[in-house]
Amino acid sequence: MRDSLSVSLTVGAYGVAFGAAAVANGFSVVQSCLLSLLTFSGASQFAVVGVIGAGGSAISGIATASLLGIRNGLYGVIMAPRLKVNGFKRVIAAQITIDESTGVALGAQKRNEAAMRQGFWLTGFGVFFFWNLFTVAGALGAQAMGDTRAWGLDSAVPAAFLGLLWPRLEKNSDRALAIVSIIFAIAMTPILPAGLPIIATAFIAIAVGLRR
Amino acid sequence: MNTFWIATIGTSVIAFALKFAGHSIPQQWLENPKLQKTNALIPIALLSALVAVQTFTSESKVMIDHRLAGLCTAVVALLLKAPFPVVVISAAVTSAVMYNWL
Repeated sequence: MRDSLSVSLTVGAYGVAFGAAAVANGFSVVQSCLLSLLTFSGASQFAVVGVIGAGGSAISGIATASLLGIRNGLYGVIMAPRLKVNGFKRVIAAQITIDESTGVALGAQKRNEAAMRQGFWLTGFGVFFFWNLFTVAGALGAQAMGDTRAWGLDSAVPAAFLGLLWPRLEKNSDRALAIVSIIFAIAMTPILPAGLPIIATAFIAIAVGLRR
Repeated sequence: MNTFWIATIGTSVIAFALKFAGHSIPQQWLENPKLQKTNALIPIALLSALVAVQTFTSESKVMIDHRLAGLCTAVVALLLKAPFPVVVISAAVTSAVMYNWL
């Protein structure tokens, strides 16, 4: 219960960064809020506004966001047999299947099944509530700023990506992949249409993953 | 419908479809370890590329500007194990200072 609430509040607060980033990259306040309500997956949301903000096409933005969204599908595979819900409840469970709800649920699993289910639902709903609330605040705040570069928002977005990336860099091979992806994306930017240098790095990841 | 609307709706529809598909397919389908491994690597590659493109490029041109100062601050904050909001805000403040006064 306490885990769910603290996770919800902390993660929800990142919503300010998303709302501001979305508006800084040209999305309207309504579009920013719809992304938080309907997409409801931080990394995917940051990715789509990042790609479009860099001048990418809608397709590149959607593709990058969707590649990052695959992991939610895998969380669904893990959670479905544990939650055992159908119909409308399954639709709701699917929408709140994200890093945090799955993480808290699996963490509480060693106590008992009820704690695991409670962890999933409470964290999912909690993050959903605060994430959307803070998105509105961030989007309205950025809209009121005018030139968002003067407020440093153009650096807040890459810093947010870095914050999402950092905890994933546990092994040296992960760090090597990160560095190769950075160099590749910069090198390809003047050559490929905007957005493609980002998506193309997913193929580097696939090539590495399937080899080992 | 413009790019922003297509991106907003398209991303949302696919995001939900992926989540719902996960809840609806049999678990055995995805037990291949190579698939699991690849799935962990994709976010690393994409997020790295996003950091790079958002920091070092502008309209298909490579450039170094105030954003690099912001990113360096973020790296320092992360090395000091600062929480996420501190990382983002310290990067924004550094970048804003460089943009406005240099």
